[in-house]
This record gives sequence, structure tokens and C-alpha cells, in this order.
Amino acid sequence: MAVTESTSARTGTGTAVELIDLRRTYGTLNALDGLSLSIAPGEMVVLLGPSGCGKTTALRILAGLDRADEGTVQVGGEDITRVPANKRDMGMVFQAYSLFPHMTVRDNVAFGLRLRGQDKGRRLQRARDMLDLVGLARFEDRFAHQLSGGQQQRVALARALAVEPAVLLLDEPLSALDAKVRVQLREEIRRVQLDVGTTTLFVTHDQEEALAVADRVGVMNSGRLDQIAPPTELYARPATRFVAEFVGLSNRVRTQVSDGHADLLGSRVQLLEGSVPSGAGHALVRPESVLLSESDRPNARVVSIAFLGPFSRVQARLEDGQVVVAQTTSSLATRLAHDVPVRLDLDADAVLVVPD
Amino acid sequence: MSRSPRLAGLSAAGTGWTAWLALLPFLLFLLVFLVVPTVTVVVGAFQGGSGFTLDNIAALFEPTSLSVLGKSLVLSGVSAVVGAVFGAFLAYLVVQRPATSAFRRVVTAISGVLAQFGGVPLAFAFIATLGFSGVVTEAARETLGIDLFGSGWIYALPGLILVYSYFQIPLMVIVFLPALDGVRPQWREAAVNLGASTRQYWTQVAGPMLLPAFLGATLLLFANAFAAYATAAILVSQGNPIVPLFIRTALTSEVMLGRENLAFALAFEMIIVVAILMTAYSLLVRRTSRWLQ
Amino acid sequence: MTGTRNWSVVRWVSLAAFAVFFSLPLLSMLDFSTRVVGGEGRTGRAWRNLLTDPTISASIVTSLLLAVLTTVLMLVLLAPTMIWVRLRVPAASKLIEYLCLLPLTIPPLVIVVGIKNVYAWVTYLFGDSSLTLTFAYVVLVLPYAYRSIDGALGSINVITLSEAARSLGAGWGTVIVRVVLPNIWSGITSAGFVAVALVLGEYTFASLLSFETLPTVLGLLNKSDAPTGVAGALASLVLAAIFLLLLSSVGRGTRTTKGT
Repeated sequence: MAVTESTSARTGTGTAVELIDLRRTYGTLNALDGLSLSIAPGEMVVLLGPSGCGKTTALRILAGLDRADEGTVQVGGEDITRVPANKRDMGMVFQAYSLFPHMTVRDNVAFGLRLRGQDKGRRLQRARDMLDLVGLARFEDRFAHQLSGGQQQRVALARALAVEPAVLLLDEPLSALDAKVRVQLREEIRRVQLDVGTTTLFVTHDQEEALAVADRVGVMNSGRLDQIAPPTELYARPATRFVAEFVGLSNRVRTQVSDGHADLLGSRVQLLEGSVPSGAGHALVRPESVLLSESDRPNARVVSIAFLGPFSRVQARLEDGQVVVAQTTSSLATRLAHDVPVRLDLDADAVLVVPD
Repeated sequence: MSRSPRLAGLSAAGTGWTAWLALLPFLLFLLVFLVVPTVTVVVGAFQGGSGFTLDNIAALFEPTSLSVLGKSLVLSGVSAVVGAVFGAFLAYLVVQRPATSAFRRVVTAISGVLAQFGGVPLAFAFIATLGFSGVVTEAARETLGIDLFGSGWIYALPGLILVYSYFQIPLMVIVFLPALDGVRPQWREAAVNLGASTRQYWTQVAGPMLLPAFLGATLLLFANAFAAYATAAILVSQGNPIVPLFIRTALTSEVMLGRENLAFALAFEMIIVVAILMTAYSLLVRRTSRWLQ
Repeated sequence: MTGTRNWSVVRWVSLAAFAVFFSLPLLSMLDFSTRVVGGEGRTGRAWRNLLTDPTISASIVTSLLLAVLTTVLMLVLLAPTMIWVRLRVPAASKLIEYLCLLPLTIPPLVIVVGIKNVYAWVTYLFGDSSLTLTFAYVVLVLPYAYRSIDGALGSINVITLSEAARSLGAGWGTVIVRVVLPNIWSGITSAGFVAVALVLGEYTFASLLSFETLPTVLGLLNKSDAPTGVAGALASLVLAAIFLLLLSSVGRGTRTTKGT
């Protein structure tokens, strides 16, 4: 299956990264099955996928903490596949527990500079600047166990950036944090990354996170890259069934394909690349692409209503028995009730049709 | 653990002194067999022929007593350091394997047994190995022509140091292994990622982090050696190279008649030394436990 | 990084060195105790002595009896007390913990020095059999037994169990004996194993209070009949090792999950 790749529009001042055909097996487990990825200078690419898909393996190979069985790693045009981890010019933020507990926050951030032999005055000043950047300047004398999870990760980010790395690596940095902190912190990370302009690889299993911060999102599945594209494109035009189902919600509606078009919900729509060329199949339709209206030509009955605050999701049963989820305004949803007849229409340019 | 209202009510009705009554047998037992002896020692240290006296305490500072104390401290200190260094190294070799590997379990179990090794079995083990007609001594005599036994160094301080390390090293493995386990792999990876070489990782990250636990464990070994009696008592039949044997002399020797209370004073001295060591130990351990959660 | 081949070599050599250091004396004991004095070949004389010599065999019996008595007395005193504290007098838990761990910080030698007066009374009341050492041994065993039983109590929800039993009509005695004890059995057996291992090897108290137990009798053989002493020492060591290894497998076998 050809990987659908869109190139990035970003042109930053950072370093380009190339992962070329990486393969890695652990015993019988195939972690990476020919992964190739380009990151443009200054770009933030997010690798998204379920656990075990290989995204963390790819990141660790780039960091030098793991070695690929086959393939090449290039940074700034240079082949660094054989370079040991401590000689690569990278900054990494781990999921948790990575701050050195016996050093103050300031000493943690200055650690990389100390290893590079910078004199004390300069490195402490740089540490303070980095802590300012993440908004934690007044915590510089505290220790890791005195900080909250979110604060610890901000310190980790400051520490990774203090050495001005060519590449910034983030290994599920938000997964161990509370939901609300996660949202705040991901925006902070994006702000800092744009500010500093470092080429960044961010790994996560949270698709909302990926869509929110990335320049491009690469969806990984069983050691391969299914699709890499800007978030909007990934969402609207998923290249594979896996991507369509992993990113966002999808209805699966039975349909017939003929002549390069699919018939469903009373409309005839174009097919997305990768669809079944003809015959029967299931179309993957997002709830927000299903228009629900109170009409005198109903084609469905309401099954249940979920009020989600700013909007609502309504389940409705079509005449042929299929249940479809539509997204509506909450004001409309409050007017509905179980068994009320409604009309469902399709509002999409093209859909992906997958085999039964 | 939260308590149900009903049970709290039940015990509230019964607590007061009636429930405490059930603890009486146990508390009385401890009173008689633990508290009274300890108090006897403390009080007795200050007793003389005619009531309260500081003579016994003064005797602790006589040249003989001080020299014995010094030798005890040397024996305990050296065996503690030997045990700490080799034990930490052995623990490090073990911790590299996963916690469930057979190798690690075997070493931990053997360490548990050997750490309790003391008294009769240990003494005889060394007599059998390095005694006058011990296996290694004889082998050296016959094959290499070297007399390992000499003037019986095994029955004096140098020998005791070697003998003590036999249980100090396993004890260190047991005490220090949890600390090594607490060192998270992320710290090493973060250090490496920031540019640290192996040496820099050990001297700037892992070393400082493990130092309090290491020192604490060493103190524990020190206290353990200082209080040990049985092994030395069997190997050394005469003389007072260390404090515990000095106490034996004070208790049993007819020469010391009239100075029975010296034994109390010496025992009191032991309490003080061990108490100091254990306090320092708990202070160090408390600091580490915060880091290595 | 420690993945290099050099490190592997260092590792295996070090482990081998440790193995030799620790097994040499044990093997020497085996050799020494089976030697023919002034001759060639092997003999089981020393080992047979352990069973035939009246003093030694008497002391074996004494030590075994002491082990049993200590275990029983310790369990009778400690287990109900600890359970009672958990159920009825939680305010006392800190005190009990402190008292039980105290023997770890007070050297046995110190306790012996101070216990002579107490034992004058004990022998007056109970006679001068070596079995009176039981009382002192219970104190020595306390910290280890406490930790075992405390661990077992902590892994079951004692209070909920006892509430359930009481609500079905059980008296406190029934609760302790028929509800709690069966559930902390692994802790009890662990405590028992430690007690036996400790008693079989205990020398300080027995020798300074002038009682005759296996360790003290063997200790005296140092000068008169070393091979037999070595044989006895090796036997007690192996026995204690078996007990401690049994203990570690019992402890591992019962990792009950904390009840809700």
C-alpha cells in the first residue's frame, strides 16, 4: 500500500530530519516495518497511533536510545545512524520521572550545559532564561518532588531546549497528566516550539492532541506509516480505513459504488482515494457530515440524544435499520425526543468506502 | 483504612481501658524480658558498691577500655566498608537482570541465608578453611609451601575482619538492592540524551543519588558488626580484642570480681554507639526515600 | 553503556569470584568434617558423633524443643495481640510497632547483660532447664515475627472481615481464631520459620546464661573435637538455610490482593 504523504508548507530555520526505511524487530515482534519519514526544518510532526504501533520505537531510534536493524537516520543531511546517543544533538522529553531528583530545577535545566563545559555564570543564566520561557522562573530552587506533574514536564521541556538541540523529541509527554493540564500544556509546548523554531517529533496516542498541535500528523499502524498529512487533510480525507477510524468518529453506512461514485443517504458522492472501486461496501462518514433536520420528508427515527455542551450527538435509525450518528446544535437537539421522525442528509464532498 | 460507624461504635464502647486490658499479657512479657534488662543495664552502669557512682563510666575511658573500643570500631568500620563496597558491586551485578529472573531470585535468597550466617556455623567454617589444619591452609602448605596460618591471625582482629565480611556482603546486597531498583531508567536515558558519557552519568547523576542510601547501608553494617558477639566468642577464647568479648570477660572472669558493673557500663556504651549509628541511618534513609519513590 | 562485551567479561569473572569466595568455606566444612585424622580417605565419624554422643544428641533435642516452644509462645503472645490492636485498639499500633522493633536496635548482648537478674527469678520459678531460654528467645524473634504478621494483616481487610463475622453473631474469640488467623496463615508460618532458624543458631544468650543448647555444645568442640563441631555447624547451617528458603517461597506464594 503506497503511503499517502503530503509535504509540509513550513520553512523554518531548524534542521531537517530524514528517517529512511527503518526496520526493527524484537524477537518475533515486528515493531517497525519499513518506516520512512521526512521532517522539514522547524516543523512539528506528530506520530499518532495505538500502543504497539511503533511510534515510540521510531522516536527512540532517532534519539539513539535504540538501534534499528535496518535503515538510516539523517539529521541536517548527515547520516547519524551509528552515532551514540550522547553525541547526538537532541533534546528529549520523556513521559514521566525524568527530572533528576537530587538536583534543583535550575540545576536540572543547566545539566546539559554543564556537561558541555559552559561556565557557571552563563549556564545558570541560560537555565533561568529557559525557565522564563516555560513560565517557571520562580521555581528554580525547588526540587522535582515539590512540583506538580505539569510543572515537572515544563521543566523537562526547558531542560531539553537549554542545549539548543537540532531536534526536539517528545515521548508522550502529556499521557501521565490530568485531562485539563494536558490541554493547557500542549498549547504551551506548541507555543514554545514555534517560538524557538526547533524541528520537533512528538509521539502520542491521543488523536485530539495530535490534531491540535501538529504541522503534520503521521498515523502509524503496526510498524508502518498509513498516512502523513496536515491535520485538516487527515481528518477530512483519510487515506485508509484505519486512519478514518482512529482519527475522529466515523459512521459506517452501507453503500453501493458505481461509476466512481457512492450512493448513500439520498446523495451521490465522489470517492476518496483508496476506496472500493465498485460494488458493495461501507462508507465512513463523520457525524458532522450528517445533516439532521426536522423535515416533512423524514427518512429516519431518533434513537437517542447525547448532550455534549456546545453541541449534541443524535443517534437515528434509517429505514433499512442502520443506526447513524449525526452532530447537531444543542438547540435543535433539545427539540427532539425518542422516536421522532427526522431527515438525515449527507454533507461531504467525498467519502472513503471500505470493503464489507 | 476507614472504619465502619458500627464497628467504631462497638470499639468506642469497649475502648477505654477494657480493650487495652487484652494487651496486658504481651506488654507485661515485654516489660519483664526486654524493658527491665535494658533499664538494668542503664541503671547498673551508674551503680557501684554503695549506690550511684560514675566510676564505671570513668573506667570506660581508661586506656584499656578505649583501646578495646577502638579495635571494635576498627573491626566494625573496616568490615562495614568492605561489605559495603563489595556488596554494592554484587548488588549492581544482580540488579541488571529483571526482577523475576531466576538468577536474581537465587542470589537474593542465598544472600538472605548468608546474612543470617553467624555464630557457630561461621566460626567453624573459617576454622575448617583457614584454621591450623584447615583445607586451604593445608593446601597452601603442601602445594605452595606457604604457611598461611602463621601465628593465628585468623583468631585476632585481621581474621575477624575477613570472617565478618562473610555476612556483611550479603547483608549489603539485601539492604542496598531496593535503592538500586529505585534508580529509574529514564534518568539514565535523559542524562545520555543531554550528552552524558557513562562516567559522567555515574559521577553526576547516579552516584550523588545513591550516596545517602549507600552511606546509610554502611552504617547499618557498622552497627551490625559492632553488636555481633557469637562468632568472635567462638573464635577467640581468651583476651579482649573487641568490646563484646570484653563484656564476656567482665561477666565471667574471676579476675574481674568486684567490677561486675563494668559489664553494665560496657553494655551501656554499646547502646549509645548503636543508637547513634541507627539515628544517623534513619536520617539518611529518610532523605533518599523521598527521591527514589 | 553496559552493553559492551568487555563489561560482560567483567561481570562473569566477578560473579565467579563471588561464588568461589562464598562457597569455599562451605566446601571446606564438608571436607574437614569427613577427614580421617592423621590418615587418608573419608569417614563419617564426625557426622555419626552428632547422633551418638549423648551430650550432643541431648543438645539437639533441647534446641529442637526450644525452637518449638519459642514458636508457639511467640505466636500465642504476638498474633492475638496484633490482631486485637488492629480490631479494637488501633491507637496502640504505634506503641506495639515500636516495642516489637526495639530488639533490632538493642544488641542481644546488651539484653543478656541486663537479664541475669530476671533469669534468677525465672530459674527460681521454673527450674534451671535450658528450656527457660524460650522467654528470651521470644524477645529476639519479635521483630522478624512482627514484620511477617504485620505484612499478612495488611494484605487482608481485617476490619471488614471481623465486621462481617460479628454481624453474623461471632464473638471476638471466634473472630480471631476462625476468621482472621486462617487468612494470615502465610504470615504466621513465615514467623514460625524465622523463629526456628534463629533459635537453632542462637549462641549469645545460651552461652552467657550457661545453658546447654546445640550451638553452645558445638562451640565447645572447637578445641576438643573440631571435625565433629564442623559437622554440626554445617548441619545447622543447611537446616537453617532450608527453613529460610522455604520461608521465601511461602511468602511469595501468597501475594493476596488487598481487599476492597
